[in-house]
Parts: sequence; structure tokens; C-alpha cells
Amino acid sequence: MSTAGDASADASTSFALQGHLTLATAAETWRALQERARAVASGSRIAVDLSAVESMDGGTMALLVQLRAELAARGVRAELTGAREAVQALVHLYSGDVAPVSGKRAPHEGTLAQIGRGTIEFFLETLRILGFLGDMLLSALGVLREPKTGNWKDVVPTMERTGANAVPIVVLINFLVGFVMAFQGANQLRQFGASIFVADLVGVSITRELGPLMTAIIVCGRSGAAFAAELGSMRVSEEIDALRTMGFGPMRYLVLPRTVALVLVMPILTLLGDFVGILGGMAVGIGGLGLTFQGYLIETRKAVVLWDVSSGLVKSVVFAIAISLIACQQGFATTGGAEGVGRRTTSAVVSTLFALIVIDACFTMFFHAFNL
Amino acid sequence: MSAPALTVTGLTMGWDDVVLQQDATFEVARREVFAVLGGSGCGKSTLLRYMIGLDAPLAGTIVIDGIGSPDLDVGRPPYGVMFQSGALFGGLTVAENVALQLERWTTLPADAISAIVRAKLRLVGLEGAEEKLPAELSGGMKKRAAIARAMALEPDLLFLDEPSAGLDPVSAVELDELFLTLSRVLGLTLVIVTHELESIFRIANQCILLDKESKSIIGRGDPKVLRDTSTDPRVHRFMNRLPRSA
Ligand SMILES: Nc1ncnc2c1ncn2[C@@H]1O[C@H](COP(=O)(O)OP(=O)(O)O)[C@@H](O)[C@H]1O
Ligand SMILES: [Mg+2]
Repeated sequence: MSTAGDASADASTSFALQGHLTLATAAETWRALQERARAVASGSRIAVDLSAVESMDGGTMALLVQLRAELAARGVRAELTGAREAVQALVHLYSGDVAPVSGKRAPHEGTLAQIGRGTIEFFLETLRILGFLGDMLLSALGVLREPKTGNWKDVVPTMERTGANAVPIVVLINFLVGFVMAFQGANQLRQFGASIFVADLVGVSITRELGPLMTAIIVCGRSGAAFAAELGSMRVSEEIDALRTMGFGPMRYLVLPRTVALVLVMPILTLLGDFVGILGGMAVGIGGLGLTFQGYLIETRKAVVLWDVSSGLVKSVVFAIAISLIACQQGFATTGGAEGVGRRTTSAVVSTLFALIVIDACFTMFFHAFNL
Repeated sequence: MSAPALTVTGLTMGWDDVVLQQDATFEVARREVFAVLGGSGCGKSTLLRYMIGLDAPLAGTIVIDGIGSPDLDVGRPPYGVMFQSGALFGGLTVAENVALQLERWTTLPADAISAIVRAKLRLVGLEGAEEKLPAELSGGMKKRAAIARAMALEPDLLFLDEPSAGLDPVSAVELDELFLTLSRVLGLTLVIVTHELESIFRIANQCILLDKESKSIIGRGDPKVLRDTSTDPRVHRFMNRLPRSA
């Protein structure tokens, strides 16, 4: 293929294309055409002469049409002329013989506008989740008034899925957290000959903060993601609509049993996490610091009071509600097929992690303010 | 003559800034097989969502005989709905899908429920599939199961979204036969939203044709009559499946 051009007197130019134009040569054609088009002054006309073109494929035609549109946007009229019958059919198919519509691209959004829109979206999302909380409380009241309408039979299987099946990972992670914390703490405390206080450090931080938080993060990754994906795929396959038309409130039927299950399961998982976290600290204390089992245990019992554990459990209940609520809300908000389910699942996990950290910080400040 | 099964008056369909249809008014008589026709994107599914109470229209009223405007929050729904994909619950077997509403809205004992479920599945030609999961069914079987589920509470009125879309010709014809049985033998009123004309000529005795450009109903009546006698070129083109430029 090749292109040839000649500029004639009356501010009109013509390009000639020739040979077999295929996708294989399209890059070359495109570059040549653009180069010439750039040289054309606004207000002039161009004829693209196709009479020597033996054959052309759709890809090349699409490029010509795009070129026309670009030229039209600059005020240059371009026409495709002289095409043979077979090529002309292609010209027609790709609308190369009608006036190009100069599609205006949406102006690119500035950074500031993006930040603004993101912020507004964040607050709207928060509002939607709070609205969802309200709906859930209402339907919880409804079920309390009429227990027969609750979907109780889903609670136990959900507890198994979210609780029993999470035990190994909760045990492993919390043990390691206790272990690592004791290890780091020991290095510092040994310098003061205060190794025994590793027990205090681990005991209090695990029961008050890390046990509930790490457990919640694990449950968020496992069950929060699962809830969002389940409800999301039910949404896109019209199952939630079907539920509604069958007279089952999705809130009552889908969200409440999941939330109840998580609220029941989370404190248990957290207690377990507390226990193995302390064991992890103990492993370092006995193995690395030469403390005795009894000594470590007595120190831990001295340091950790009942409120440390129970405040962690209170937190874990709130975490459970937050996880279930955000995940279900995101699931219900899913649109756009399988891809939408993936997107919502991701955003459910990310939003929940964010919410967990914020809630934890609020609790810490609250407990601190009231000397709890 | 008894009251119409469904009355739609002055319905405006759309979202905040888009209007899909304006001032749509029609009636569906009892025991009729009523088709809502129209090209893709003209708002058929949206109309269906309004009729079954999933969404609220921008303006206008919908009255279902015996209950007034559709409201999904008042309890046991008086009509059945078959969604385009079937919308069977993936975690439940076919039998459990059909039994769900019977368990929720009746006080029947379990053995009575399973007898009813079996009878419904036999009616739609799915005997033996009770214990299968939806994922194990073919497209046509899913739709049949969804019809059995929609009929669980013996509604007089059944809504169906694109029932024969995506089915092979044989399954589509079998499904049409089932609809004719439901309508003639059981006296159900069927409202079918579709663009599949072939099946509509076989089963529907009334239809409306929605048009996207004019945002209005451009044809109504017996679909076969509409096909053969309509003088409106748009109606003629749609009902005879002619290309726009012809
Ligand atoms: N939630 C929504 N918000 C805005 N537009 C929508 C929404 N749902 C559907 N639409 C648009 O409304 C139009 C009609 O949709 P629909 O009723 O599904 O058409 P049909 O079933 O006749 O093909 C489509 O263009 C669709 O993109
Ligand atoms: Mg549709």
C-alpha cells in the first residue's frame, strides 16, 4: 500500500490510497494519513481518493472514518472519493459517506473535582449504610414482635460457616500476633531486667485491642466478602427481586440471619483469639525469656482484669454488626453482572476494614475519656 | 363482565431525568393472555417492575383487581412472577424453591406441602427433578421450575418476563403449550413481557406495543390482527419483523 498527496491551488488537497489495505498495514497508513492531515489548514477541503484501492478491510475503514471526524472537528471537510463498488459498500457500512458527527469528549475532570466528588460519594455511602442500619433495626423489631416470620433456620448454618470454619485461621493469626508482640516487647523489656512484664504487655494489648481487632479483620475477609458476594450475585440474578415478590422481605430473610449469626459468633472467636494470643506471648516468655509457666500465668492474671476482656467482647459485637451491615448493604447495591459483584465485594471489604479501624479508635477514645 | 384483572392508568415510566414512556393506559381482562411488546430498551421490563410493585412509577396508577395498587410489604403476594433468568435460589433444590412460599404463607404440614410441590412440578413437566439444584437444570427447565414456583400459592395472575428468550425452538414451543394450558384449563391471567413475536402469535389474545421514539403505546389489540391490518407503518414493521429502512 502507499499514499500519495498533491496540493492543488484552491486550498483543497487530495490524498490517494492504493493497493490492498489491511490491518497489517494499518499502522503505516494511519501514520501517513495523520501526518498529511496535520498539514491541512482549517477551512479547506480534502478528498481521499480511493480509486486505486484494490481492497480494504474494516479496520482501515474505521481509521479513515475517525480521520474524517478529527478533521471535521478542526473545520476541515474530508470526503472519501472514487471508491470501487466493493470498497464503496464498506464506506457505506462504516458511515464514511455521511457527515461526521463531531462527538465532543466529556472534558477531563480536574484533580480537585475528583477529590470533591470522591468526598461527596464517601459521605453519601456512609449515609446509605446508616439508612441500612435503620432498616435493619426496624425489621429486627418486626421479627421480635412476630418471631415466626424470622428466617431462623439460616442462623445455625451461617454460624458454622462464619464461626466454626474460621477457628483455624483465627487461632493461627492470634497466636502469631501474641508471639510477635512478646518477641518485640521482650527485646525492650530485657534491657531493664523487666522481662516478666511481657505478660502484662501481651495480656492487656491482646484482650483490649488486638484480639478483637484481628479477629474482626479475619471475619471481615472471610465472611464479609462472602456476604457481599452472595447477596451481590443474588441481586444481579434477580433473586432478591424474586424474594420480594414472594412476600419475603430481603432484610428479614437475608440480612438478619447473617447479622444474628455473626453477633453470636464473633465474641466466641474473640475469646478464643484472646486465649491463643496470650499463649503466643507465653511461648516466647517461657521459650525465649526463661520465665516459668506459673510465673507467666500469675503475672497475666494480675495484669488482665475482667473489664479488659469484656470491653473487647463489647467491641467484637459492634464489629460483627458493622461487618454484616456493610457487606450486606454493598451486596444489595450491586449492579452490572459478575463484574459488579467483584467490584462490590472488594469495596465491601475495604469499607469494612476502614469502619473497623474507625470504630476501634472511637472505642479507645471513649474508654479513655471515661477512664474505663 | 367482571372487573379487569389489571388496570394501568396514565403511567409515566422512567428515572429522574429520563422518561421512557408517557401516559400509558391499558387494561388486562381476566383469563386473558396479554403481551407487552416492544423493541429492546423501550421499557418493557421497567413496566413489569411497576406492575409487580418492585418500583414505583413517576406518575400514574396501577390497580390489581382485589388488592389495589401492588405493594410488596403487606404480606402474601396475590400474583406470581417469573423472572427472565428464572431467579431460582441457587442454594435450594427445585422442590425447596417451590415449597418456600407454601412454608411461609400457609399452615400446611410438611407432607402436604411436598405433595403440592410434586404436583406443581408434574404440571410443568419437571417430575423427578425435585432434588436437583438450579445449576443442574437446562435453561428451559429453569424457566419451568420458576413457573412452578410462581404458581405455588395458586395466584390468578401470573407475570412473565421474556419467557422464551434464550430457549431453543423446541423448548420455546413446549413452554407456549404450558402457557396455553395455564390460561385455558386453569383460567389464569397471564401478562407476558417479550419481544419474541412467534410465541406471541401462538398464545396471546391481546397485546400492547410500546415504542421507544414516541414514548407511547403505538398499537393495541389482538396481535395477529395487528400484524395483518395495522396501517401504522411502525406497528406494521414491528409485527412483521421488517427492518427499519424497508
Ligand atoms: N435503574 C435504572 N436507571 C436508569 N435507567 C435504567 C435503569 N434500568 C434500566 N434503565 C434503562 O431504561 C431503558 C429501558 O430498560 P428496560 O425496561 O429493561 O427495557 P426493555 O425490557 O424493554 O428492553 C434502558 O435503556 C435501560 O438502560
Ligand atoms: Mg427487558
